[in-house]
Amino acid sequence: MSRLNPPVTAQDFAIGPDTAVCTLLEYGDYQCPYCGQAYPIVKRLRKQFSADLRFVFRNFPLGEMHPNAEHAAESALFAGKHGRFWEMHDLLYENQRSLGDDDLLGLAGSLQLDVERLRADLGAGTFESAVKADFRSGVHSGVNGTPTFFINGQRHDAGFDLEALSHAIQATL
Amino acid sequence: MLTAGIKAPEFSLPVTPDQKLSLSELLGQPVILAFYPADWSPVCGDQMALYNEILPEFRKYHAELIGISVDGVWCHQAFASARKLHFPLAADFEPKGGTARSYGVYRQAEGVCERALFVISSAGVITWSFRSPVAVNPGADGILQALENLPK
Repeated sequence: MSRLNPPVTAQDFAIGPDTAVCTLLEYGDYQCPYCGQAYPIVKRLRKQFSADLRFVFRNFPLGEMHPNAEHAAESALFAGKHGRFWEMHDLLYENQRSLGDDDLLGLAGSLQLDVERLRADLGAGTFESAVKADFRSGVHSGVNGTPTFFINGQRHDAGFDLEALSHAIQATL
Repeated sequence: MLTAGIKAPEFSLPVTPDQKLSLSELLGQPVILAFYPADWSPVCGDQMALYNEILPEFRKYHAELIGISVDGVWCHQAFASARKLHFPLAADFEPKGGTARSYGVYRQAEGVCERALFVISSAGVITWSFRSPVAVNPGADGILQALENLPK
């Protein structure tokens, strides 16, 4: 059975209490339509389980398939550096049909982030190694497509519809 | 299914309409065989597309990856081009599933390969094998662990 490796650390982007009984972790790609389907489901799960659930997101851009996924992931990390990761994360999924570089800069601008700084960071690949580190951790954890979810470190193979995820989370409480 | 310690059976299978690939010509480096049921699974990160993204990790161990299914070369060609695959797909087409049978991973009832992985040492010996339920893409963690464990 595939297990999360390395486990969640302070470097990860997490939302929800650190003390939550259940940690749901997603390896996702901002340009992947299936991850787009999972996005509102995760929101509902967070509402449903509130204090019992912590959600963590790691990047797994499938660059050969989704040409904008890498820069989208880097933009999320850029926003994260400036304390706006989850707002950018939401915007990326809510606009996942238009994720060209100009769109990414526009989204950053709408969060009052420094657009020129993002342009320079995308050009220089400032966040490339951080995205790669996420990707590599996914590969070693047994990520088998996007999205792949882990529940308390165990890969969840039962589908990512609301019912399947909710059932699996409930089982940890 | 063949397991660790057994010499990997030789095969020679078409990878393009006019080109064959045999195990013996690949040896000298580690080889990963990924048997899978069929081209064209209707998901984004299907197993072959996923391995395509992970190729750089496999190449760190100088390992060659071969995908094998019973689909014909023309089907493989269309699939590889649609998914932009950078590794060969071998057609276990005639006699159908012959190579899969020799590795013990043919599903007689459905007429397709199992979803099965083999890591073969540069000397041609199977060092790790794994069969996944057909519906579950096994990912690559097991392969990487097996490559890591190869004698240096």
